[in-house]
Amino acid sequence: MPGLSFDLIAMQLFTGLALGAIYVLFAIGLSLIFGMLTVVNFAHGAFYMVGAYVGLFLISLGGNFWLCLVAVPLIVGISGMIVERFLIRPLYGRGIDYPLLLTFGLSYIMVELIRIGFGTSGYPFDTPDLLQGAVNIGIGYFPLYRLFVIGAAAVVLLGLWLFLERTSFGLIIRAGARDPQIVRVLGVDVARVWLYVFGIGTAIAGLAGLLAAPLQGVIPEMGANILAEAFVVTVVGGMGSIGGAVIAGLLVGVVISMTSLFAPEMAKVSIFALMAIVLLIRPQGFFGRAGLMS
Amino acid sequence: MLQVARLNAWYGASHVLQDIGLDVKQGEIVCLIGRNGAGKTTTLKSIMGLVKTGGSTIFKGKEILSEPAHTRFALGLAYVPEERRIVQGLSVRENLRLGLVASPAKKNEAALIDEIADIFPRLAERLDQEAVTMSGGEQQMLAIARAMIAKPDLIMLDEPSEGIMPVLVDEMFELFRKMKTQGTTILLVEQNVELALAIADRAYVLDQGSVVHHATAAALLADDEIKERYCSV
Repeated sequence: MPGLSFDLIAMQLFTGLALGAIYVLFAIGLSLIFGMLTVVNFAHGAFYMVGAYVGLFLISLGGNFWLCLVAVPLIVGISGMIVERFLIRPLYGRGIDYPLLLTFGLSYIMVELIRIGFGTSGYPFDTPDLLQGAVNIGIGYFPLYRLFVIGAAAVVLLGLWLFLERTSFGLIIRAGARDPQIVRVLGVDVARVWLYVFGIGTAIAGLAGLLAAPLQGVIPEMGANILAEAFVVTVVGGMGSIGGAVIAGLLVGVVISMTSLFAPEMAKVSIFALMAIVLLIRPQGFFGRAGLMS
Repeated sequence: MLQVARLNAWYGASHVLQDIGLDVKQGEIVCLIGRNGAGKTTTLKSIMGLVKTGGSTIFKGKEILSEPAHTRFALGLAYVPEERRIVQGLSVRENLRLGLVASPAKKNEAALIDEIADIFPRLAERLDQEAVTMSGGEQQMLAIARAMIAKPDLIMLDEPSEGIMPVLVDEMFELFRKMKTQGTTILLVEQNVELALAIADRAYVLDQGSVVHHATAAALLADDEIKERYCSV
């Protein structure tokens, strides 16, 4: 194919990594919540979308992007904790489909509320001044903001990893995901841990929505779009596995951006083909445990 | 230390515990014996708050029947379940730390892990090994160590000798004797009746969800008829 230089492919690879970084952030929250609470959070996309809108709103009030990076996860995470405490908690012990249906319905309500408040059409979201332009990364000029997204995801991942591996609360989360009952017997109020885990997961989803906003703009349906892709990430990586979410998230991002370089109309389909192949070879995903859902 | 009265529990429609009454005094080793399905495990789970029950459970003078399991732990009650429940993916050290995460003793974590490593030399050698790769006996030691590390007042052990090689069983029962001399109270469920009665002060015999006999360990050890009727498998 003429015109497809090595540099172009390498640039597209970076674009894929930036896209993948958003998927990773989205999917680790989904995975954390599923691994710990066995709740398949269908409202995760709605929290992501709300994150972008909270950012939009704060900036319209005169706030800046850097403030949003702190305020958005906080606000979305607290909303997530309220949802867990009052809507999801009464459903524990009733089987996996109850919270699934609840969060599914909740996502419609959240999208509709945003449509009522902000209208049905989308908004552009300005790239912060400091992050405009492109930098030379050796193979060509790459948009600075996309590099920032990759860096921000790396920082969040590192922070999350340190939190899980080095703190007592992280130890409780890792143990509780495997065996909530023994954690309870060792004196831990597991309900409280679940509350915080849901808060952390939704906070990261809100942050992902904010980071995606300058790339894709802000529309009420943005959560539904990413949710489908994130489920591919989760299935490929393995349900409940954070490491799997990271690798599969980046992979899905790269597959989409590479396919759109060669055959743009196939971009969306390609990841489902990827998922089908992975499922045929390894039904539990890269890092999943077999039989988790049975 | 622990007084249980009129304890009743149901699994669905089946009435698995019927008016269980027992008491455990400070510093005692009390043993629950009986056939499989007699209700021994359910009794321990009920005392820990893992099974919904009716009746009364008084621990250190406080009614705990409506308290959740994690509050009962905070009051000084520890439980080592039959399946040991060593957490996969965690090292031996992390499993021990898990025994302290909810305890005020957490700030002395390093010292307490050293202390427990002295008591369990087998674990001391394997602190950074993934815990589930150890033998069944070592995992049982870890489960006991994890329950002991926060220094509970009463520790309940469910079938600690099950599936463990005899040399380790002797080591473990020697440890129970030592724990007793250091003031820990033990409520023990054990299939190996002779072994359990040898270290226990008293024993309750359970059958079909009720206490059918209660005696000192020495008296029961000599009573072949009771042992034959309720404990032979």
